[in-house]
Amino acid sequence: MQPLEPLTILIAEDSAADRMLLSTIVRRQGHEVLTASNGAEAVEAFRSQRPHLVLMDAMMPVMDGFEAAQQIKALAGETLVPIIFLTSLTESEALARCLEAGGDDFLAKPYNQVILAAKIKAMDRLRRLQATVLEQRDLIARHHDYLLNEQRVAKAVFDKVAHSGCLNAPNIRYLQSPYALFNGDLLLAAFTPVGDMHVLLGDFTGHGLPAAVGAMPLAEVFYGMTAKGYGLSETLREMNAKLKRILPVDMFCCATLLRLSFQRGSVEVWNGGMPDGYLHNATSGERTALTARHLPLGVLSPQTFDDRTEVFPMAVGDRVFLLSDGVIDTCDANEQLFGVERLEQVFAANRQPDALFEEIEQALRDFRGEARDDVSMVEVSLLDAAQLSPPAPVYSDSGQSCPLDWSVSFEFRAATLKRFNPLPYLLQLLFEVHGLRAQSGALYSVLAELYSNALEHGVLGLDSSLKRDASGFARYYQQRSARLDELQDGYVRVHLQVTPKGEGGCLTVRVEDSGKGFDVVRVMERPVDDVRLSGRGVSLIRQLSHHASWSDNGRSARVEFFWEAQA
Amino acid sequence: MDNTHLDRDVLSALQEVMEDGYPELLDTFLSDSEERLSLLRKADDADRLGATAHSFKGSSSNMGATRLAELCHELEQRAKEKKLEGIEALVGEIDGEFAIVRPLFEAERQRSLAE
Repeated sequence: MQPLEPLTILIAEDSAADRMLLSTIVRRQGHEVLTASNGAEAVEAFRSQRPHLVLMDAMMPVMDGFEAAQQIKALAGETLVPIIFLTSLTESEALARCLEAGGDDFLAKPYNQVILAAKIKAMDRLRRLQATVLEQRDLIARHHDYLLNEQRVAKAVFDKVAHSGCLNAPNIRYLQSPYALFNGDLLLAAFTPVGDMHVLLGDFTGHGLPAAVGAMPLAEVFYGMTAKGYGLSETLREMNAKLKRILPVDMFCCATLLRLSFQRGSVEVWNGGMPDGYLHNATSGERTALTARHLPLGVLSPQTFDDRTEVFPMAVGDRVFLLSDGVIDTCDANEQLFGVERLEQVFAANRQPDALFEEIEQALRDFRGEARDDVSMVEVSLLDAAQLSPPAPVYSDSGQSCPLDWSVSFEFRAATLKRFNPLPYLLQLLFEVHGLRAQSGALYSVLAELYSNALEHGVLGLDSSLKRDASGFARYYQQRSARLDELQDGYVRVHLQVTPKGEGGCLTVRVEDSGKGFDVVRVMERPVDDVRLSGRGVSLIRQLSHHASWSDNGRSARVEFFWEAQA
Repeated sequence: MDNTHLDRDVLSALQEVMEDGYPELLDTFLSDSEERLSLLRKADDADRLGATAHSFKGSSSNMGATRLAELCHELEQRAKEKKLEGIEALVGEIDGEFAIVRPLFEAERQRSLAE
């Protein structure tokens, strides 16, 4: 038999002979003994010395064993202090009273040493079991607190990253559980330097911290590349490659990425494994599904990853609605899914676009009986560009090493034009010149227009008048993609020249292409305010820069930017 | 020896457990019992009578005073059922039984001290 650790045992017994006998037996079994000759003494001894176990006579003067047992149990709290009643009581009623008072067992007189030892041992086992249960409960509680605290810290760090974006822009409405991060849901939004808006709704596989782990690098890539002026394709390729590299095989991220262009009135979409999003036309009431055409991020190798996007026209008031699978996969009591059809019924019944979120939530509650916390939804509407104010970029360098007298020329040829967007590099180079930073938005917009004119209308020979209506719009981007794939020859040249002028300076940008050119005179005759879908963005360029001019039958564009002395 | 009044097996077990404390245990029992007997004689209500008889029964049984324990049990039952008629006779019997076992315990004490 396994030797027991000695216990401290309180013996409460009014009969001196019985007390002496019992004390001796218990002591000989290796335990420490405390004695009391009535209930009140027993409670006091328990209070001051906290014995492990109590042997309690039922009938005692001053305070009987029943009352003493109740008080001791109350003092012991959660700790199990077994009480064995010493009794020659035989009536079941009296025995029941012992149990009601908190007694755990009985020992009949005359005492039997073997039975007493066995009972003490059994009660000690019970006592230890209870102590272990309490210990483990506390341990679990501590672990739980620890986990929650970790999540709080992770969330705080993540919120710093996630909220560096523009989710609070007036054209964005979203619904997300505060701990959506730990459901693997991710919602990001940021302005590009030209004032377009990138929005990402992502859903990592899994739950808890593992699901949240990938969110940080994804957000960093999203914000970093958006801020530098990269388009969706480059950003997607980078996000995919990064997640593929760092995530384990069974982890990936379903995502829809949007680029809303307020100036061009369009939305570019890439959906990898997310439920259908919807583009809602405010005028016609028509809904276009934005269906997943790709595998999630982090699945394919960089070589096989498909970054092709779709572009749809969007007018002021049109909305894009994205949602996580928590909406569609909500189950009712019978394991029935909420499903796309029910969602579409909610859309169809919607009369007030602003109430759509509440209506979906209500439908989910009605369906399930309670709200789930892994439901993420976002709605982005197209506003007039003037209603949005993208934040000014922040630069961290001091400006002491600013270059002021230089020129550089690039020639980007077919193989490069297919897959490389040179604008972020060119812009980063130009923003070494502090005087240009104040007009970064205009500079971005003008360079982006010049480059896309040279590429799309020049090198690819696309007809801008196609973009006049919605179907032509889609055709335009299909042709763009097809012609870019087939491109063999052609170039876009960019010449940048920075010259000091007094305390300030001047930037001259020339962009040339290998295309057929255009009728400069006819295009220049159009009114300057025409910045709609078609028109080569010429008006925009003329509004935002100085001395915009075209030569060589439109194949060469030239603009200037000036700046004054720095404050 | 006759075990009607005193169970010799119980006594030898007690001696084994108590070792040097055995004579003191016997002393304690005897003085304890004197006290309980006087309480029994003075008791004027059934509850007190029952409670004292109950305790006396317990320690008598522990000490191997078989007959004394039986008589205390009977008294306890009668007190509980409130059958107090002729109860003095029963208390008297208990008195008598104690008068028998007392010298037996004292002899036992002497015997153990002499060992």
